[in-house]
Amino acid sequence: MLARRIIPCLDVRDGRVVKGVRFANHEDVGDIVGLAERYSAEGADELVFYDISASPEARTVEPEWVGRVARAIDIPFCVAGGIRSLDDARARLFAGADKISVNTPALENPDLVDALAREFGSQCVVVGIDSRVVDGEWQCHKNTGDPTKMSMEKRKTRDWITEVVSRGAGEIVLNCMDQDGVRQGYDVEQLSVMRELCSVPLIASGGAGAREHFRDVFKAADVDGALAASVFHKQVLEISALKDWLASEGVEMRT
Amino acid sequence: MTTAIIDTSTANIASVRYALERLDAPHFLASTPDEAVSAERLILPGVGAAGPAMAALRANGWAEALQNEARPLLGVCLGMQMLFEWSEESDCALLGLIPGKVQRLDPGEAGPWPHMGWNTLTDFAVDEPLLAGLNEGERVYFVHGFFIAPGANTVAQTRYGAQITAMARNGNVAGCQFHPERSGSVGARILKNFVEPAA
Repeated sequence: MLARRIIPCLDVRDGRVVKGVRFANHEDVGDIVGLAERYSAEGADELVFYDISASPEARTVEPEWVGRVARAIDIPFCVAGGIRSLDDARARLFAGADKISVNTPALENPDLVDALAREFGSQCVVVGIDSRVVDGEWQCHKNTGDPTKMSMEKRKTRDWITEVVSRGAGEIVLNCMDQDGVRQGYDVEQLSVMRELCSVPLIASGGAGAREHFRDVFKAADVDGALAASVFHKQVLEISALKDWLASEGVEMRT
Repeated sequence: MTTAIIDTSTANIASVRYALERLDAPHFLASTPDEAVSAERLILPGVGAAGPAMAALRANGWAEALQNEARPLLGVCLGMQMLFEWSEESDCALLGLIPGKVQRLDPGEAGPWPHMGWNTLTDFAVDEPLLAGLNEGERVYFVHGFFIAPGANTVAQTRYGAQITAMARNGNVAGCQFHPERSGSVGARILKNFVEPAA
């Protein structure tokens, strides 16, 4: 049986892993390769590296560290942040990334999703979505790495998920912004709604603070994976212990 | 004991190279069959769609050369699918080194399409050398939307809505539907079994 995935997310700024609260006030939490190796050894199923400075500053991910990570670990990883073209994606995939994730650039140029899927296959095209309730509807936001440039898109999250899947996205990472970094639990309500209309793997992001939060999002929202950052960086939860406990609660895990 | 990685110009070549590096296994990239003459074994990597990848193999002479290949050959993911006869994905002929066809996977109630994540290996063929040291139920990382139904050449299976050929063998030709280069210690063992076969 297919296991649910536990996915540490490493927010990268200037080659270091950082973590903020509600997308601001970032603090340094460590070296990229060191953390990647630690999480891989502890039983992470996959890693996501998100260059949070990339989109706002209109620059792309530095592929140099992608190769260093790819050499060091033997689990899949995804690189996100500022990928605006086929060339940007190709550089990261050929440096050893297994997937690339697009967020703001897809909102600005939806055809990018089609082009990426055609060129590299849907299996490596992830669309990241930052979503929160505005005026009673879940809405997409862009440039969320920089509070001064962050803005709301005129797109409903549910419409955008349907659109990018039809354009060839192979996986959706739904970051529920109101929960991000505050460790009060995943947005099970929003994720459950999006699960119903998302025909590709759906990854929950934002809000993990305790092992029960993982159990609840897998059982109640039926997501394929759960992404988390601060609970792992701050060593609130240890990954192998978390996975053992989830398995004992009846969640299919790779242990 | 060098391994040539056939340069399919698809995106998982770096991952395969790094996996061999971690095993201290000598290897090099080979764009054409001539470049691979010194290799003792071959890996055929691949991700993406079958049509363009087959066109690339035909253009650089690999499709023809592999018809008479006696060295151990390991196909990975799309590389394994290309070892079979026909693909529903691009409606195109494949290498035809293992009987069977590649068809679209319908997960049904098992979950979303494609099949993505860590799934169990089961139904091991007795004496499959690539599975030495492994136990049924161990997990490897799959990412694919098309599959080969188990047949006479299936040596390991997994399940996602249907029984899936996870590994296949026909003589010197073998393949993994999953990504051994991204499957932790289990995948590393399979690659080690390939590059350092028991005497």
